[in-house]
Amino acid sequence: MEFQAVLMAAGGGSRMTDLTYNTPKAMLPVGNKPLMWYPLNLLERVGFEEVIVITTKEVQKMMSADPKIKQDVKMKLEVVCIQEDGDMGTADALRHIQPKIKTDILVVSCDLITDAALHEVVDLFRAHNATLAMLMSKAHEFTETVPGQKGKKKTAEQRDFVGVDESGKRLLFMANEADLEEGLSIRKSILRKHPRVHIKTGLVDAHLYCLKKSVVDFLTDNKSISSIRGELVPYLVRKQFSKTINGQKTKDDVEDQNQKKSDSSTNLELHISSRDEPLLQLAQERSCWNDHRGDMSEAYHGGKLRCYVHIMDQGLCYRVNTLAAYIEANRLVSGTYDVLNVFYCINIGSDSIIGASCQVAEKTSIKRSTIGNSTTVKEKVKVTNSIIMHGVTIEEGCNIQGSVICSNAIIGRGADLKYCLVGNGQRIEPEGEAHNIIGNDA
Amino acid sequence: MLADGPEKTGDIERIKNEGKELTKEEKQRLRKEKKQQKKNKEKKDEKAPLESEKEKKPASSSPASQATAQPPTQKASSGVPAPAPVPVAASEAPSPVDKPAKSKAELKAERRARQEAERASKQSKKGEVGQQAAPSKAKAPPSELQPVVKRLPEHIQVDNPEVLKKLAKKLERQQIPLRSDYGYKVSLFSHLHQYSRKAPLTQQLSIPSSVIHPAIVQLGLQYSQGIVAGSNARSVALLHAFKQIIRDYTTPPNEELSRDLVNKLKPYISFLNQCRPLSASMGNAIKYIKKEISNIPSQCKEEEAKSKLQDCIDCYINEKIILAAKAIAKYAIEKISDGDVILVYGCSSLVNHILCEAFEKNRKFRVIVVDSRPRLEGREALRRLVQRGISCTYVLISAVSYILPEVSKVFLGAHALLANGYVMSRVGTSQIALVAKAFNVPVLVCCETYKFCERVQTDSFVSNELDDPDDLIVTRKGKTHLEHWQDVSSLGLLNLVYDVTPPDFVDLVITDLGMIPCTSVPVVLRVKNVDQ
Repeated sequence: MEFQAVLMAAGGGSRMTDLTYNTPKAMLPVGNKPLMWYPLNLLERVGFEEVIVITTKEVQKMMSADPKIKQDVKMKLEVVCIQEDGDMGTADALRHIQPKIKTDILVVSCDLITDAALHEVVDLFRAHNATLAMLMSKAHEFTETVPGQKGKKKTAEQRDFVGVDESGKRLLFMANEADLEEGLSIRKSILRKHPRVHIKTGLVDAHLYCLKKSVVDFLTDNKSISSIRGELVPYLVRKQFSKTINGQKTKDDVEDQNQKKSDSSTNLELHISSRDEPLLQLAQERSCWNDHRGDMSEAYHGGKLRCYVHIMDQGLCYRVNTLAAYIEANRLVSGTYDVLNVFYCINIGSDSIIGASCQVAEKTSIKRSTIGNSTTVKEKVKVTNSIIMHGVTIEEGCNIQGSVICSNAIIGRGADLKYCLVGNGQRIEPEGEAHNIIGNDA
Repeated sequence: MLADGPEKTGDIERIKNEGKELTKEEKQRLRKEKKQQKKNKEKKDEKAPLESEKEKKPASSSPASQATAQPPTQKASSGVPAPAPVPVAASEAPSPVDKPAKSKAELKAERRARQEAERASKQSKKGEVGQQAAPSKAKAPPSELQPVVKRLPEHIQVDNPEVLKKLAKKLERQQIPLRSDYGYKVSLFSHLHQYSRKAPLTQQLSIPSSVIHPAIVQLGLQYSQGIVAGSNARSVALLHAFKQIIRDYTTPPNEELSRDLVNKLKPYISFLNQCRPLSASMGNAIKYIKKEISNIPSQCKEEEAKSKLQDCIDCYINEKIILAAKAIAKYAIEKISDGDVILVYGCSSLVNHILCEAFEKNRKFRVIVVDSRPRLEGREALRRLVQRGISCTYVLISAVSYILPEVSKVFLGAHALLANGYVMSRVGTSQIALVAKAFNVPVLVCCETYKFCERVQTDSFVSNELDDPDDLIVTRKGKTHLEHWQDVSSLGLLNLVYDVTPPDFVDLVITDLGMIPCTSVPVVLRVKNVDQ
């Protein structure tokens, strides 16, 4: 077998607590399907037959109850439960399932919605015998108004600096603005090997990683690494140019010495080299190919650890970890995934999704919205640009615009909601008016 | 016996018609004839598509019909006049079952044609991919006209829809995706595949590849992207992948390792062929491995068999590639004298090795590296030589005639050495050899014996490889003139990979068996076959 798929579904959704305080992030409905259905669907489409799902007990219970996952997902899901206390990072989770890992792995996060051609990422991994291959995408501006946001102010996100080489495939360095104190410093060794570096900031990390099995073995020896994105990936990217690999010592790497001390003692190199190393070396020597030109070194500069990235410029790639992303995802998904239930006598736009066993009365207008399962919408209701989750009751004459109504909420008669977020099981008073409010506990 | 055939049946029919009783001999002969007729009927069905394809070729109305008609007739066998009588015979005897009474002249002509065909088939050796109509050879029925038809390899019959259909069916059976051709093909080469690098075969595969071993998928990707390029590198990488396959292989119950493993390898080889057409050296390596696998005794335990096979692979690589390179270097160094100016073309791992070894042995020489677009492999050769300290000059192939007056020797690498002494190598090699001949500069070709191939070619059209035409597009100063070449209907981009150099331009071939003239290649092949 070539790859084992691992789905990380234990995340807490710390950046959208309004939505996730009741429903775990993995089961948030997007287009009437639980969020984790999308990465599972992606894996199924490319041909995986088994997935290891790392999640919490709560999510596991909800998964077994959810019809979408039970029926639509034909793959075998092996669920591994971990504690909910949130101390376990993604790398810790990998360490936890290390006995199950027999081959290279493909790690996917449960909040990824994408239509990327996965073979592009995997081909980089295979062709260059890489240690890490990841997927990134050009970030899209979120155009929808988000409830709770005052105006169009974008939250000050910490920028990610991603450095790639000329071809745009090899990952040279990765740094987050939060970790940099004075400025961005690039090691001379990197510049000497790759004189032209493209630094990109507007990229979204899709959290889809192809990792070699030796990395998982390395993780078991180094218990200090707990997050894949936060610690493991930058470590691997840094280690590509580490002096220990190339076996050369130069003067200008004092900082590298310090880093070496803080880095783990076990040499990742030992894990990477395969059994038939001399044959592979011979093939590479005899091959008249080089990945760069202009200097005297061989292909890959003789480095065995290589990290690659595939940057998508077209297509869908969303990580649903903020409220804005959640709303945007709902909007997009109604365009791309299948729409069900066309009712007559009412005005439903073709870009809306209506869930199963819904009751939509006459003279309602539903535009660009997602209505969950078992929702009741009474007469003369206008729903525009909104997300209504399951089991919601909307009484007559309501006007809901640009809002998110969580499950089992009841919107009283004649209510007027603009850009609001109504929490689970809440009640909005009849004739109530709410504008740009996030309400959790009435 | 052979000559009497038609006459005897004529006699028999006459006797039958006359109502006389048949003698014992005649009855036996009749029985034999009936059996052969039945076999010929079956063979006729096999022959029919080939005949229709042969007839189709001359009938095609493309402007290059003349040129395309020529290669098919040359294709069929070893360039002996066998093909000429073949279409004639085919049209002459549409239904060999019916035996109308033929005139003596007609019978004589048929006999002559048959004899020529059989002579030709006896002379031609078994091609590496050509499944000779061995049944037809063995059964050459005395009474029927059996033109010796060799099945042409699929990869040079891309413009024949039936062959493509057969290929598609075969790949479907093996569960391997079919790679579709890309772009407009120049008409002279429309019988070859042309793939695009931007449409890899892995697009159609499931990601955890279950049908094809991951090592083979990785290898196929590396071939199609050019990461592993060069005859030796490709063979070594292939054998490395085979080692992994053998390691991960387990014999299913009720199967024998010797037979099942060979069957397992077939779809992998088809997959690799789809990614990039196999080279002659890879073909020979595969033949060797298949032979070794089938020679495993059935009572051998699985673990033992597997380790034995792995040792065989290591041994093959060691002998045929590593030690051969050492031997060739030893011979070649004798030919390099102090003060030499050596011209090399492109990046041949063997020639680079020789030059580096000669430099270690303190020979004083300098090198001129000739390079050509679009591959620009010479840059890699230049890097390797300069890294060792050899002083080099770098020119493009358009400057070859300017630089040749300075050159004292030309060292060329080879992709394969064909049975008629032609050297198949990177496109441009024949030009270099030609110009060198015009300047009376000796041309030495270095080639290991495992690259010797039993194929015969006299031109570069018949069997070649078409690389991605988009490689020819270059962007200078922000402008890409050929960007929309597909929209121009009268424009075709051709990116050839190989060409053949006639033996008259090659003065010496340095192999691990010694230094031989180009025309001795068939001798080496014959000796090799006898050994095996």
